[in-house]
Amino acid sequence: MSELLQFLLSGVTVGAVYALVALGFTIIFNASDVVNFAQGEFVMLGGMTTVFAHAAGLPLPLAALVAILATAAIGVALNKLAIEPARGAPVVSLIIITIGASIFIRGAAQLVFDKQIHKLPAFSGDDPIVLLGATILPQSLWVICGALVVFAGLWFFFTRTLLGRAVLATSNNRLAAQLVGINTNFVMTLSFALSAGIGALAGVLVTPITLTSYDVGLGLALKGFAGAMLGGMGNPKGALAGGFLLGLLEALTAGYLSSQYKDAAAFVVILAVLFFMPQGLFGRKSTDRV
Amino acid sequence: MSALLSIEGLGITFGGLKAVHDVGFSVREGEIVSVIGPNGAGKTTLFNMISGVYQPGAGRVSLSGEDVTGMRPDLLARRGLSRTFQNLQIFQSMTVLENAIAGYHLRESGSVLADLLGLPASRRRALTAREGARALLARVGLDRAAEREAGNLCYGALKRLEIARALALNPKVLLLDEPAAGCNAVETEEIDHLIAEVAASGVAILLVEHDMKMVMRISNHIVVLDHGEKIAEGDPATVSRDPAVIAAYLGTEADHADG
Repeated sequence: MSELLQFLLSGVTVGAVYALVALGFTIIFNASDVVNFAQGEFVMLGGMTTVFAHAAGLPLPLAALVAILATAAIGVALNKLAIEPARGAPVVSLIIITIGASIFIRGAAQLVFDKQIHKLPAFSGDDPIVLLGATILPQSLWVICGALVVFAGLWFFFTRTLLGRAVLATSNNRLAAQLVGINTNFVMTLSFALSAGIGALAGVLVTPITLTSYDVGLGLALKGFAGAMLGGMGNPKGALAGGFLLGLLEALTAGYLSSQYKDAAAFVVILAVLFFMPQGLFGRKSTDRV
Repeated sequence: MSALLSIEGLGITFGGLKAVHDVGFSVREGEIVSVIGPNGAGKTTLFNMISGVYQPGAGRVSLSGEDVTGMRPDLLARRGLSRTFQNLQIFQSMTVLENAIAGYHLRESGSVLADLLGLPASRRRALTAREGARALLARVGLDRAAEREAGNLCYGALKRLEIARALALNPKVLLLDEPAAGCNAVETEEIDHLIAEVAASGVAILLVEHDMKMVMRISNHIVVLDHGEKIAEGDPATVSRDPAVIAAYLGTEADHADG
């Protein structure tokens, strides 16, 4: 029993990270139909920038804030320099551009930072909390709460605010959005900033547990993407559920089968789900007409 | 009365083809001007240039005297120019009501924070938009479809929804691209009345329409395009007797030989 609980707790922790990455995918996808494969790099930048800012003497919260803002600015730059000039290009081309951007950011990070593995101190100490015979790190609670808070914030943003609805309108029909006076360029810029900021936050929260280096982004992007697809691309609820589900799947496979199979098992389940529900668990049927 | 919308020497070429060349006219407050011409005459291209979807290659568009040539559609919308599309630009996966509300949002301004906190001002704003949008849907005869997903409506209904959304922007100038296409005789007549009513409220209306009976009935002024150039203009009676117009529509021997 306590063994199962232990697996579940570690699954939820990992799942929260995937959920944050998946939420980042969701925002940019919603605004532009583009799957941004540089999303994992945002997570890496968040962690690495915090590490270096902290090492330079900034207190941890300030270093984290600097990292999130800097990453958001890089997200905006990615949109302005690589995505916007290619507007009108097919979505597939834009996705390939994001893959290129991801390789570029990884290379630049190698030069600007270094190739070492880095750690951040845990926010609230390293003493595990005992819960019904299982343990959980305080930092895991930070990660889980981070994912839930970001989700709630996005949910309110998209359903309650004018600006959030403008983002949804832009994703639904860009030209129609312009016709009703929505500045779709601004919506895109905002989406990249938001998405990069959330990715960076994930990086800051998770680095005390998983450590970071210049090349952690790719794996996270893949997992986050898988989580978003599992839940239904474009749906914040789906991203959250998909991310957590993926984390749980991995943890349970690693616990009961072997940690060597955890990635394979997770992807097999995703393939099975997508085979029967191509839109994902929470995705809606496409209603485009010709 | 001064012109709300005026166009001078507007032109655009696509890979050497002069799609529209040196077209000019103006639309005054409360006036209905129709652009007619055979298929491929450049009517929709002209609309796309006026509304900022295409960058004109030459010429000038002014709105209430201000030069707005090639301005982005969202900025034009804020300045009071609103349009509909021949092939529809609808928020497919939103409901009919949400589509109409989208048009309202421009009139409102509110902060993200106020919206998030659900402040009274923000709620009042949402309520006003909702009521206004409902009233507009009733005006175009779509009130009973308000909660349906827009993508499931038939073409004629979507045409009317697009008009409702355009009106929600409270435009000074309204461009309608084939508003009666896909509508039956009764619906066409309703759209007729709607357009006349909107014009009577002081809006300048520019219309592209293939239904000649409708055009002749409601237009104050008609501009005829053929092969991207203006070949005639005037009141309905004058234009319908113009030999150049008749030739453009019925074709000449040479045109038929071209196929």
